[in-house]
Amino acid sequence: MLSIKNLHASVEGTPILRGINLEVKAGEVHAIMGPNGSGKSTLASVLAGREEYEVTEGEVIFQGKELLEMAPEDRAREGVFLAFQYPVEIPGVSSTNFLRTALNQVREYRGQEPLDAVKFLTLMKEKMKLVEIDQKLLSRSLNEGFSGGEKKRNEIFQMAMLEPTLSILDETDSGLDIDALRIVSNGVNKLKSDKTATIVVTHYQRLLDYIVPDFVHVLYKGRIVKSGTKDLALELEEKGYDWIKEEVDSATAV
Amino acid sequence: MSTLTKQDTFQSLLDSASSSFAPIRTQAKETYLTQGLPALKEEEYKFTSIAKKLESKIQEFKSALPFAVSKEDIESVLFEGFDGDVLVFSNGKYLPELSTSPEGITVSSLSQAENTPLGSIAKPEKDAFSALNLASFSDGLFISVPKKQKVEKPILLISFNQANSGQVIQPRVWIEAGDFSEVTFIDHSISQTEDPYFVNKVVEIKGGLNSHVNYYRLQNESKNAIEVSNIHTDIFQDSRFTSVNLSLSGDMVRNNLTLNLLGSNSEGNMYGVYLLNGKTHVDNHTNVDHTIPHAESNELYKGILADQSRGVFNGKIFVRQDAQKTNAFQQNNNILLSEDAIVNTKPQLEIWADDVKCSHGCTVGQLDEEALFYLKARGIDKNTATGLLLYAFAGEVLEKIEEESFRSYAISLIQERLGSKF
Repeated sequence: MLSIKNLHASVEGTPILRGINLEVKAGEVHAIMGPNGSGKSTLASVLAGREEYEVTEGEVIFQGKELLEMAPEDRAREGVFLAFQYPVEIPGVSSTNFLRTALNQVREYRGQEPLDAVKFLTLMKEKMKLVEIDQKLLSRSLNEGFSGGEKKRNEIFQMAMLEPTLSILDETDSGLDIDALRIVSNGVNKLKSDKTATIVVTHYQRLLDYIVPDFVHVLYKGRIVKSGTKDLALELEEKGYDWIKEEVDSATAV
Repeated sequence: MSTLTKQDTFQSLLDSASSSFAPIRTQAKETYLTQGLPALKEEEYKFTSIAKKLESKIQEFKSALPFAVSKEDIESVLFEGFDGDVLVFSNGKYLPELSTSPEGITVSSLSQAENTPLGSIAKPEKDAFSALNLASFSDGLFISVPKKQKVEKPILLISFNQANSGQVIQPRVWIEAGDFSEVTFIDHSISQTEDPYFVNKVVEIKGGLNSHVNYYRLQNESKNAIEVSNIHTDIFQDSRFTSVNLSLSGDMVRNNLTLNLLGSNSEGNMYGVYLLNGKTHVDNHTNVDHTIPHAESNELYKGILADQSRGVFNGKIFVRQDAQKTNAFQQNNNILLSEDAIVNTKPQLEIWADDVKCSHGCTVGQLDEEALFYLKARGIDKNTATGLLLYAFAGEVLEKIEEESFRSYAISLIQERLGSKF
């Protein structure tokens, strides 16, 4: 489904990603872990099309198409979804109006009929249950005055509405208490299928107790330096990142 | 020296002034001749050189005479869902035969209401254009809402403007809302052609004890329309006045809005949106005068500027020594969509009392890139996303319009503009 080859990206001339290679197949869950500043969020942002990142080398093929050639809105329409680490508050734009606009533009791109108000509300109610989000929140301006947990739940709710093929969760667990973490993870798990894939970007192993990965990759200095199963995450939880840093740094020093 | 700063530019207008209100006119003429038009460097008109603009665009400094307006003309500008009375003007002249008669309200031309103390609220010595209007306006409109009269339906003032025999149009309106009365006005001007003209408008409003007056205004004239307006309001104890001013088009527009809070527990609200493109220049000068204790004023103006447009905001708030316990709030926010658009914004607070709550703030910025990316990352195209964000920005002001049909119309006009190429 997703094939990342030798991806290099930089911000204002500073290289952050230095040759990422990753294959993600339908039905898989990949966790990207790594110490702070290793490039985890940059990878998520580059895939979603954030403009401040400049891709200097490499390619990303998503379902046979060059992802990096597409505008952010087209990536979303093709089925890529980024759950933001810091969802943006947008005063004056109602959550409902925003979602309906988004969903209908996505549907139009996919050759589907736009949803009328009634069908849209029915769908919304159904998906709201998945993430236990209160209707009152959705009648407010988008994310405005939401707590941290509410914002993250709203991200997963939007994911449920847009039905992406590839979901990228960027530190969705950060700042969540255990209850919120469980609700958010449940939502993600219910949305998984053998036709979709999930990339979970996280600093901590905790989230992976709930969203169980098939593969765990460790990112360090802009490269994937170690890959393994979920046991790797447990090992990292226990031993920290230092042993990996040492391994990599001594290897490059030779 | 520009010829227009000389007093004789409008000489023929002054010479041919109507004989009504003769003593008031004579005095105003003297005031005008002493002052002359604002010179280029005059502080009050520093960013908006009307004199220079008039010199380049206006050839005939004579009154544009009233022209025929048809019923179809009127129907074509009535917005959907509007249910109220319509007062029609042609080049500033009130046309009773095409207007409806609002129930229980006195409406006449000013020449039939010669006892009206014109110039007592919009004082001619405060502004040269106001003096010029008082000295040389042709005729205008007098409206009086009796005591305790609650006017249920809005009153729409439609001004059709067109330069034919001359290019100067000087509307003048006097509104008095009696004690405990309630009334809503919608002031909408229409350019019949694209020919340049100069509108010099004065509206005086007096809100009696416990009165509620709304004055909504839509400025969406041709790209060649030059306009100076002076809207001055006196409100008394327990009364409320709300102005919402929407400027969407024009060549150069200057709005002087003055609110005198003359009784305690009175509330004055001044709101505005300017949504500009091309080379349109809109200048809002507002002036709130707190003269007594326990009054409140709220002010919020928002600007969206594209292309080479220019916006000016100047908000004066005076809190006199006696005006203790005043609450005065002012805010002006601007979004610039192009590198060539310009905004000059200036809050100006003079506070003489020591127990008051006043705040002010102004911002000038670009569209929030992070918000834009968030919307795009959900599949919304750039134009729609931009429109959504800009509409949300302006929407805070539009919500202040209480009259439903006008609010919907204003929203649709603005959404249409924001949704298109802008």
